[in-house]
Amino acid sequence: MTLQETRLLTKRMNDRPADSWTMEAALATGAYETLRTALRMKPADVQEEVKTSGLRGRGGAGFPTGTKWSFLPAGLYPRYLVVNADEGEPSTFKDRELMERDPHQLIEGVAISAYAIESNTAFIYVRGEMAHAHDVLERALADARAQGFLGQNILGSGYDLDIVLHRGAGAYICGEETALLESLEGRRGMPRIRPPFPAIAGLYAKPTVVNNVETMATVPHIVGMGGAEYAKLGVNRSTGTRIFSLSGHVNRPGNYEVELGATFRDLIDDLGGGVTNGGTVKFFIPGGASSQWLVNEHLDVPLDMDEVGKLGVMLGSGAVMVFDQDTDPLAVAWRLVKFFAHESCGKCTPCREGTGWEEKILYRILHGQGRPSDLDLLLDIGDNISPGLNAPFSQTTICPLGPSSVSPIVSLNKYFRDDIIARCTPSLVTMLTGNGLAGNGLDGGLHR
Amino acid sequence: MFSSDNLQRAREIISRYPSSRSALLPLLHLAQDQDGWINDEAMTEIAGLLELTRADVYGTCSFYTMFKLEPVGTYVVSVCTNVTCLVTGGPAILHHLEKTYADDPDVFVEEVECLAACGGAPALQVNYEYHERLTPQSAEQIIDAYRSGQRTARRISGGPR
Repeated sequence: MTLQETRLLTKRMNDRPADSWTMEAALATGAYETLRTALRMKPADVQEEVKTSGLRGRGGAGFPTGTKWSFLPAGLYPRYLVVNADEGEPSTFKDRELMERDPHQLIEGVAISAYAIESNTAFIYVRGEMAHAHDVLERALADARAQGFLGQNILGSGYDLDIVLHRGAGAYICGEETALLESLEGRRGMPRIRPPFPAIAGLYAKPTVVNNVETMATVPHIVGMGGAEYAKLGVNRSTGTRIFSLSGHVNRPGNYEVELGATFRDLIDDLGGGVTNGGTVKFFIPGGASSQWLVNEHLDVPLDMDEVGKLGVMLGSGAVMVFDQDTDPLAVAWRLVKFFAHESCGKCTPCREGTGWEEKILYRILHGQGRPSDLDLLLDIGDNISPGLNAPFSQTTICPLGPSSVSPIVSLNKYFRDDIIARCTPSLVTMLTGNGLAGNGLDGGLHR
Repeated sequence: MFSSDNLQRAREIISRYPSSRSALLPLLHLAQDQDGWINDEAMTEIAGLLELTRADVYGTCSFYTMFKLEPVGTYVVSVCTNVTCLVTGGPAILHHLEKTYADDPDVFVEEVECLAACGGAPALQVNYEYHERLTPQSAEQIIDAYRSGQRTARRISGGPR
């Protein structure tokens, strides 16, 4: 059977591509009706629906949303809801589309969620580079205020909510929730040591919930159909739909919303139109740059957070990157590690120093200057950042950025060790000319 | 120095937050949109508005890659070379644009990390406006369209024109 999309979050943008972001289109397709319903319920009952739905955070960690909300200490106010719209995990591009093309769905989700956790101020932290998404949201927020969906005494319920839109300024690390809070407070985006967790002392040291854009955009659907009904979608503990950002060597890259439980092959072949130029999959990254990789033989693994977790990889942010038979895995690993080295905030020594070392060693192997011991040296450095080199990560750092840089290295070792070691024996020509990359077409990417 | 309009905007921005320091990034964006980069005078003025030291402002500002601490011309061209763009031709675009605009003070070409446009890779931004499915030639044409006035660019920090 051919995999079909199950469109909940992506329905409006697909049904009305010409104007899905407008208030008119939103109202004509039922937006804010669920907010009306939710405001007649008790906040605790709204929370209960989300708990029952089994919704797990869509930002990467997959933590149950309802449980996260329940960590807020009773009776302590003010409390804040912060939406993490700092989408920056390489090859993840679902939140940008959700913001640009259906801002009212997000705003409705934020309003319902804020009501459920009894917060009167919410913040949306939009990645700085996403100027258009910011402008669309700014306009949508103004329209929602004008319609009485935000502000004082929303829809006559007595509930007040203000949503503040905030722009980042270029820093991947701010997608980590405590770094995001630091940044939102006007500081360098460096992660905080936990405990205290944000639920106890988050923004301005007040109880705070941080949730991803897709998570928030799912909430109206859960409350609208009921948590139990939503939980029937998907499979096992991976309930509902998820938006997968499919990219790389596929014929139809893009965002696809599917019920969890289909396989990677279904996603790549049925929705993505297969590998470009009739090629085959050499390897793929199942859940964003931080995840370890999978290879051709894993294509029939189901898109189920727990099943994928058993293989030591993760569905993470839902970014599936496909690489064909001609791709050099070493080049991909180097570029990913370069990314982590660039984005390390510098707070923890193992990450600040280690990611730079990893990048330099991979660079020299790529240039034909590698030493036969280099792969083991890389693993040793990795072991100092993420002891045991396992997934889920153990870490000697405050946040998972440093351990994430180890994923490409572990993957190289697991699937391509012999090939890498063979390349680590420099030829006489390479040693004499010091130029191992000329002519392979990648040299343009080696600016440092 | 902020123009009187922007000073008024700055005060409105500060009033949105429970703590004024939260307005730091938005005010730096505002200053950069006005002046084209973040200069010392702007940081001093923002420090005064938020009751911070200049070191606080500089220390935060220098953490974020979008803030330019020296003039960068009229157009910031951000070319992605992260993995999806790597395997679809991003590096060749970067290489071509760097060469083409090497001596052009108006065009600042930079290599950036993933822009969340992988569905349309290879991609770049001009003043934070997206352009996707590019070749070196089509990328050059887009930049030239801005320079000849056929396209209207956002401000340098991505603010609306």
